[in-house]
Amino acid sequence: MASQRIFQLGLRRVAAPSLKMQPAGRMAQRRLAATKHASQSEAAEILAKQRIYRPVSPHLAIYRPQITWYGSVLGRITGLTLSGSLYLFGIAYLIAPYTGWHMETQSMVAAVAAWPAAVKMGVKAFFAFPFFYHCLNGLRHLSWDMGFGFKNQQVIRSGWGVVALSVLGGLYYTFIG
Amino acid sequence: MACTRTLARLATRRTVVRPAVFSRGFASVTDTHARDPLSKVGEKIVPDAERKPIPESKTSTVQEPDPSKDAKTKTFHIYRWNPDEPSSKPQMQTYTLDLNKTGPMMLDALIRIKNEVDPTLTFRRSCREGICGSCAMNIDGVNTLACLCRIPTDTAKESRIYPLPHMYVVKDLVPDMTLFYKQYRSVKPYLQRSTAAPDGREFRQSKEDRKKLDGLYECILCACCSTSCPSYWWNQEEYLGPAVLLQSYRWIADSRDEKKAERQDALNNSMSLYRCHTILNCSRTCPKGLNPALAIAEIKKSMAFT
Repeated sequence: MASQRIFQLGLRRVAAPSLKMQPAGRMAQRRLAATKHASQSEAAEILAKQRIYRPVSPHLAIYRPQITWYGSVLGRITGLTLSGSLYLFGIAYLIAPYTGWHMETQSMVAAVAAWPAAVKMGVKAFFAFPFFYHCLNGLRHLSWDMGFGFKNQQVIRSGWGVVALSVLGGLYYTFIG
Repeated sequence: MACTRTLARLATRRTVVRPAVFSRGFASVTDTHARDPLSKVGEKIVPDAERKPIPESKTSTVQEPDPSKDAKTKTFHIYRWNPDEPSSKPQMQTYTLDLNKTGPMMLDALIRIKNEVDPTLTFRRSCREGICGSCAMNIDGVNTLACLCRIPTDTAKESRIYPLPHMYVVKDLVPDMTLFYKQYRSVKPYLQRSTAAPDGREFRQSKEDRKKLDGLYECILCACCSTSCPSYWWNQEEYLGPAVLLQSYRWIADSRDEKKAERQDALNNSMSLYRCHTILNCSRTCPKGLNPALAIAEIKKSMAFT
């Protein structure tokens, strides 16, 4: 191979003698890395050893924040918030007669009425925003299950639309409703 | 992320309290560890598999090799890891290049670095026109083909190049694709027929049937979509991932294929297909403009309504 290249180089120099003088060593290919033949079993052994130490490439921390996966994460968190609270309340209600907690409607209404306005709004916001986001995002999922709204543009628009609507709904229920 | 994995393992383990009927079913076998890739063994030896890369602020900067007066200097931070020093941490190496002397695409920048600055930089590339899928990598936070990705001309912004996310790194920007190709093989990506064509010639299909394959056959298996999917990050061993499912749908949708039911059956478990939670990163990132999420939705629909 190398001899061929040098031969071609010679031909080229004859054809165009005006070209700048080029050392043959630079044009001919040289392999600087030393290679060693390894049998199949040896190669497998080397590979196995390498694989043990391979790092996992960075993922969550370096992927660009996009409405697609951030929206999905948010959907999960809001779902957990809502269902978690429901479970906690349900279990508390269930064991209330045995622990002596007062979870009857009247006493709870009275307790909430006694809270300062800021706490009331805080608790309402805690449930209102996740509720709206989770419900509206659920509608997107239903449409996807039917096979609609998969174009990138549609996904981005519906994603941000849901965020905007749930902010509006959350604000309404926190301060007015 | 070891924590997520452990929790998933705990959730799927069959215990006395929770008999097997109530645990979720797996793709083919019940012993999930049996199919762990070899590198998983490594995870037990080196628990912190991700090994956070050393930030660029703590590594050296390699300057433009041929500085000139009115240079448009752009900074690139590139993920480096050398298997010859297996215990060393990955690091972000900084290179500066004059954009006037560099081609327009990210791949041109990488090739220029390799040719003129640092020959040890390792990456895959072949066709340089977006048809081979070799140069898939994470550029500025998004998976794409380096050859189809323009270098942002805003020199104030620094570019970051990582290998495809959550893959085992062979060297620098080269990820280990063994599992991905194995998964591709598992969907039997070829025509399966037992009957001969009625007229003894080639298997023909109508124009409408052929149209169903548009948007599917163009996939070049660059793995950009699969490695952008958080679900695939956490469940690589069992979930097939968007690229492979798109390929699977390409054969399910093919009117000439006679093993549609078998293909669907193979996907009918909780992991292979249904780990898709319609996050839609896949369609967002596809450098060929295809829609893997839609293909997966079509598979789900076809399985729900048969």
